[in-house]
Amino acid sequence: MSVDTASVGTGTVLEARNLTKWFSVKRGRGMLAGHARLYAVEDVSVSIGAGQVTAVVGESGSGKTTVARMLAKIITPNGGEILLDGRPAPRGRPRDYARQVQMVFQDPFASLNPVHRVRHNLVRPLKIHHVTDDIDAGVAGLLRRVSLEPPEEFASKFPHELSGGQRQRVAIARALAVRPRVLLADEPVSMLDVSIRLGILNLLADLRDTDGLAILYVTHDIASARYLANTIVVMYAGRLVEAAPSVSLTDEPAHPYTQLLLSAAPDPERPQPPSLVRSGSPPSLVAPPSGCRFHPRCPYAMEICHRVSPPSVEVSAGHTAACWLHVDSGRRQVEEGRSADGVVTTHSPASRPGPERSQQTTATRAVSKEK
Amino acid sequence: MIAPEAPAGNPAATPVQLAEPVLEIRGLCVDYGYGVDAVSAVVDCDLVLRRGEVMGLAGESGSGKSTLAMAALRLLRSPGVITGGEVLFHSKPFSDEGPRGTIDLLAASEADLRAVRWSEISVVLQSALNSLNPVITIGAQFEDLLKVHRPSFSKRDRWDRSAELLDMVGMTADRLRSYPHELSGGMRQRAMIAMALALEPQVILLDEPTTALDVVTQREILEELMGLREQLGFAALFITHDLSLLVELADEIAVMYAGRLMERAPAASLFRAPRLPYTYGLLNCFPPMHGPRRAMEGIPGSPPDLRLLPTGCAFHPRCPWAMERCRQERPVLRALGGPDREVACWLHAGAATIPDELNHPEPPAAGRRPAATGRARAARVRR
Repeated sequence: MSVDTASVGTGTVLEARNLTKWFSVKRGRGMLAGHARLYAVEDVSVSIGAGQVTAVVGESGSGKTTVARMLAKIITPNGGEILLDGRPAPRGRPRDYARQVQMVFQDPFASLNPVHRVRHNLVRPLKIHHVTDDIDAGVAGLLRRVSLEPPEEFASKFPHELSGGQRQRVAIARALAVRPRVLLADEPVSMLDVSIRLGILNLLADLRDTDGLAILYVTHDIASARYLANTIVVMYAGRLVEAAPSVSLTDEPAHPYTQLLLSAAPDPERPQPPSLVRSGSPPSLVAPPSGCRFHPRCPYAMEICHRVSPPSVEVSAGHTAACWLHVDSGRRQVEEGRSADGVVTTHSPASRPGPERSQQTTATRAVSKEK
Repeated sequence: MIAPEAPAGNPAATPVQLAEPVLEIRGLCVDYGYGVDAVSAVVDCDLVLRRGEVMGLAGESGSGKSTLAMAALRLLRSPGVITGGEVLFHSKPFSDEGPRGTIDLLAASEADLRAVRWSEISVVLQSALNSLNPVITIGAQFEDLLKVHRPSFSKRDRWDRSAELLDMVGMTADRLRSYPHELSGGMRQRAMIAMALALEPQVILLDEPTTALDVVTQREILEELMGLREQLGFAALFITHDLSLLVELADEIAVMYAGRLMERAPAASLFRAPRLPYTYGLLNCFPPMHGPRRAMEGIPGSPPDLRLLPTGCAFHPRCPWAMERCRQERPVLRALGGPDREVACWLHAGAATIPDELNHPEPPAAGRRPAATGRARAARVRR
């Protein structure tokens, strides 16, 4: 299952293909403790184009931050590849890669060194990457770029003297110091006050439009993703479920999970609040449900959803969803027949050891529950 | 007991009889620190919470919304100091126990407060993990609570009541044996809500109860909470920074800025026809989910430092319609076209022309929905 977004937008700068990441978690207690794999991200493909914003939307635990961290090469994927300009990215995290791909973190209260002035925070990348000889002009230019004026005044302040929005601007300026081509923004506004969030989003939009920066915007707020992004991809329990141009995705959501997400988002324009009592919660990633990860919560779940994970299908131009509802019935029957014959089609290249997962029990439970 | 009279107003604007007040905050002032270093976090706030209604309190961080609520219940920690005002609690308990009549919470003795807290007024805080005791099970925490407040209950009664409460918020009774860390964030917050409702309070204070949760969980919990309000008839003071959420949820919304109440209106009126530039700005901070995408500006600048408040109206440096008068004189909260609305803004003081953005007509259905009466409670299992 891979929702392909490579077709959207030209000039793909950074691309992730079939990324998979698992973490080893301890299970049980004492002498009987064993280890299990927690699949945080499974078979996720995302591409970020120059002058484009791609938003990754999902609930906490859906793996969206893990994707961003893998792209920043803060953590190493267990499978899949990362392509920079169509060429496989180098192993490790060489300086050359960091110079092109920069990350902005969620919490500006934690991501800036509190004992150094703003100037120091900005000088470090300028010096390490030998960006410019005129450090002072470089710092002033960066602060102006993020609308912190007058720059001299802000450069001599400590992070605690700044408001949350100003700190996040400094964090963005620091990421811009090396003149990157890709900016990975991990929930850049969720810690900020509502009245200043739009300011930061508008700054990102401006960087995209004037500097042609490729931006990955990771967020749980689908309304802000609609506002900022060109493309939205939705993640659920470590997998991509839907990818589409942002307006198309929010106006005509194809995947039931996206529909749930949209109906849960606050929307004062709605005449009557929706009712979604007992819609369940995201599954455990150590023992995820078989087939489609969303089937235990899905109001439209069919027999096949319990057993076979859905392929990604194109619903309309540039709009893909990984859901059996959008697969034509002929193909569905073929797949169903194959899985019934004992040929398990997972649509996932990640082969994993069997005993670590209790797929079977979950599947049986889900089926019996429906009956 | 003070018999509160419904304010005489335009009957067309308020078709539904206003419910009687249950919590009245009058002129509440709170400082942090003493003497010259004192910072005024809440200044001269008046708020009336009516029986069975949801009052939303919106504002940015540092606007004093949590301080106001905590001070009103005398839960404020040092260095917070209540420097003035009164908080009248008109108690009419649902159960046979509990005090009756009007109590000034700010003047009440510890013993009187003890009789009111939790059993008549309860609190749900933002971080459920920090509110629950991590080393004992959920069931043991219910047990503690019921043992103290319902001494007549047997052990069996307490367990049954705990199970019933968990069922009410959509959890199964086997969760009583779980420790807080074994529950998801949403479950923990549900357990907190069940605990807050355990003694059938008349007022429940919700301080950002769902801010740390995912949207789907948030929606589920709020739905359950609102259903329970219909059923049990409690009044709620709902504090959040998410104005778009309040619009869907609250009967009435009060907006705070820099420690003062700046606008108060029925939820629909506030959303459709905001009168305060700050409210207008806040509403424009939430990108819409429908329609064409357009650039939005939010509110320029950043929230003020309470130690260095601007002169005049605290919002004037960020206000697009600021006038000379706003820089010099501080506007006071005044009624606007009926008893339902109040706004503190010079634009509405008569002399100035009101910008179109702040002069939308009141929505037709601006009347309140009838307050929850808790009639369904009779049908519930009662002991």
